[in-house]
Amino acid sequence: MTQHHEFDAVIVGAGGAGLRAALSASGLIRVAVLSKMYPTRSHTGAAQGGIAAPLGNMEEDRWEWYMYDTVKGGDYLVDQEAAEILARESVLAVYDLEHMGLPFDRTPEGRIEQRRFGGHTRDFGAAPVMRSCKSADHTGHMILQTLYQSCIRQNVTFFDEFFVVDILIHNQVACGVVAVEIATGELHIFHSKAVLIASGGFGRMFAVTSNALALTGEPVASLYRRGLPLQDMEFFQFHPTGIYKMGILLSEAARGEGGILVNDRGERFLERYVPTLKDLAPRDLISRFIYQEIQEGRGIGGRDYVYLDIRPETINRYRSAPGGRTVTAEQLEQKLPDIIEMMRVYQGLEPMREPVPVHPTAHYAMGGIPTDVHGVVRAGPSQLAVGLYAAGECACVSVHGANRLGTNSLMDLIVFGRRAGLAMAEFCQQADFPELPPHPEAEVVAALERIRSGGGNERAGRIRTELQRTMTDRVGVQRQEQGLSEALDKLRELKERYQSVSAIEDRGTRFNTDLLETFELGALLDLAQVTAASALARKESRGAHYRVDFPQRDDQNWLKHTLVYRSDGVGASPTRGDLRFEWRPVDITRFEPKARTY
Amino acid sequence: MKVQVRIKRFDPERQPQIWWSQHELEAEPSDRVLDLLDRIKWEQDGGLTFRRSCAHGICGSDAMQINGRNQLACKALVKEAGPKITIEPLRAMRVIKDLVVDLQPFFGMYRRMKPYLINDEALPADGKERLQSPAQHLRYDDTTKCILCACCTSSCPSFWANPEYIGPQAIVQAHRFLFDSRDRASAERLSLAGDILGVWRCHTIFNCTQACPRGIKITQAIGEVKRAIATGRLD
Repeated sequence: MTQHHEFDAVIVGAGGAGLRAALSASGLIRVAVLSKMYPTRSHTGAAQGGIAAPLGNMEEDRWEWYMYDTVKGGDYLVDQEAAEILARESVLAVYDLEHMGLPFDRTPEGRIEQRRFGGHTRDFGAAPVMRSCKSADHTGHMILQTLYQSCIRQNVTFFDEFFVVDILIHNQVACGVVAVEIATGELHIFHSKAVLIASGGFGRMFAVTSNALALTGEPVASLYRRGLPLQDMEFFQFHPTGIYKMGILLSEAARGEGGILVNDRGERFLERYVPTLKDLAPRDLISRFIYQEIQEGRGIGGRDYVYLDIRPETINRYRSAPGGRTVTAEQLEQKLPDIIEMMRVYQGLEPMREPVPVHPTAHYAMGGIPTDVHGVVRAGPSQLAVGLYAAGECACVSVHGANRLGTNSLMDLIVFGRRAGLAMAEFCQQADFPELPPHPEAEVVAALERIRSGGGNERAGRIRTELQRTMTDRVGVQRQEQGLSEALDKLRELKERYQSVSAIEDRGTRFNTDLLETFELGALLDLAQVTAASALARKESRGAHYRVDFPQRDDQNWLKHTLVYRSDGVGASPTRGDLRFEWRPVDITRFEPKARTY
Repeated sequence: MKVQVRIKRFDPERQPQIWWSQHELEAEPSDRVLDLLDRIKWEQDGGLTFRRSCAHGICGSDAMQINGRNQLACKALVKEAGPKITIEPLRAMRVIKDLVVDLQPFFGMYRRMKPYLINDEALPADGKERLQSPAQHLRYDDTTKCILCACCTSSCPSFWANPEYIGPQAIVQAHRFLFDSRDRASAERLSLAGDILGVWRCHTIFNCTQACPRGIKITQAIGEVKRAIATGRLD
């Protein structure tokens, strides 16, 4: 039995962006928030180091410096109106969170304490600045909890463990979503005037990633399957300090507090590459330099990792803590409790006495669903979709350009989640309910049935493993034409094989994660293909996209956003894989592109 | 090393009774128990059902009994769990399927505690943050770390005896706001926590503290809430 619901708006995803949007919309219109997990499981909760805002609580800071850092950090692919909004609205956004009850760390005067973070500087690049507001190293957890608490206070309507399988668009107008109630397997149609996607990232296309198992991007893939473009998907951030082999994130806050990276010779190698910011340079650069050290034989023991050293004796020897002050083990345990525990649990090491093996880990999609600064989804280089909104990691506004600065994802969620929620509420207040297509669930039911009763002879798990290996090996920190072409061939093969996965073993209806995981894999395959194809198309190096065969940035030809569409019709099933490209100019207001040195 | 995993199963669509599935696999001592569950699901039995997401101890999805102790499967390592691992769903909660339990009542207890800051006084005139000293922050810092995984509540004998008891998790929420210098609803919170189904059902057994994957001193927090109710003072 399919159930029907009617709401003014549906929000897909209950992480930071979805919850912030819900807070600003739910007082004005009737909103339903759908999440495939309980909201507090969302990956916003895994963010560690902080949320940027030039409060100036520790030292002088200005929004112009913050905007400049964001634009330069993004290697000038950032849309500057968006960056200006981010930088200007960040201060009020932090105070707003504090007023909701967020337990920020405090200065002796009782103000919000701040710390340094990669790429955040004073005076347009002169030196690191203390801009990151934080709660030890579990800032994302506190943001997620605080927003969820505020939503409860505001009586927001949640549908927990509802898995959205399709986004309905009829006559070019968004009109709702189709969801599976996981506990029962029942289908639900939500008819609405607007849909806001806030489903987070899709880093599970990589073998080594900091991303949660749930980050598979099916709402993003749904929009793409329905004919909308994805933007700048070649830009995927590899965070420099993932736990060796596991990919679990060790926050940049470790370096903000004075930790350093060292190679096999015991050398603080970043001094050579980025003499001003050293270990606090942006992530794209540090990840690339770690690779270079490894390739030149200076990985630890000649292997594929380097050390993150947060021992107090090291920090004090290099005077690398803020202001060159002396630190103790006790202070570090207080400022970085979670990551120190993770080193102990997962690496079996004692980080106060020994350095820990790290290497880059797939972390964050700068690209995604293109939107304007109100969260309205773009249907093309110069047209907007009707009734569709997106915010957070799944969206590309584009405030991160070619490389996101640490702490900027959390601020992106809050600033653009709020704006998208408000814009959507305003739209819904004057819009009528659009018409639903006839049999709105038919297409996606067919797609799910194909999985349930497939006639092939292999498990989805094998295809997933090969996908992840391919992406990490060929579409990682370093890319080149041959590897990317091979990746695309492999992805085409995997998509073929996916069409005929063996019948899944779980034929039941209730809590069928066998079925849903296989559906998620289909989304990852679509998004991986767009990522690899965009990377092959962009013949330059910029931010996180580094082409060995085109090592320079090329503003003449490539200062533009990539838009990719499917070109084989529309629907709810995985695409066959024919793509079409368009390009969109970068919005440049205050800062002309120049060479990016730190 | 070779590891044998026994898992308590329940799927009423397949059969009305519970059963145990047995699995043998090669594992590294540093593997997480969650890695084993994933591999069993992906390589041996796609029907095995459990919740999981972040896989590093912060989302709270994969709480379950591992060798009889409530833990997150992503923080339990093979080298500690040993070569024979028994996995069961959380205790005293209705099982939906295999290791998945019904969390609606648990989140109901959470909501009952009004888990949000209540302060309707005017904000600072400059629009900036309310002031709070580091010491005031430290006073409630421990209970802000709760990830709502349910390890504590489902390990509590008082909760086993009476599932209407609000349980340690809800009291942790009460503590988090009671001792926040910015909150103004202490009378209401103390009366909620001191309810007939509230803190006095706690018999200081410490199971909750031992089970908490975030290391929250839950029994101590409950004691502080009891003392506040008894004395009417928050200090």
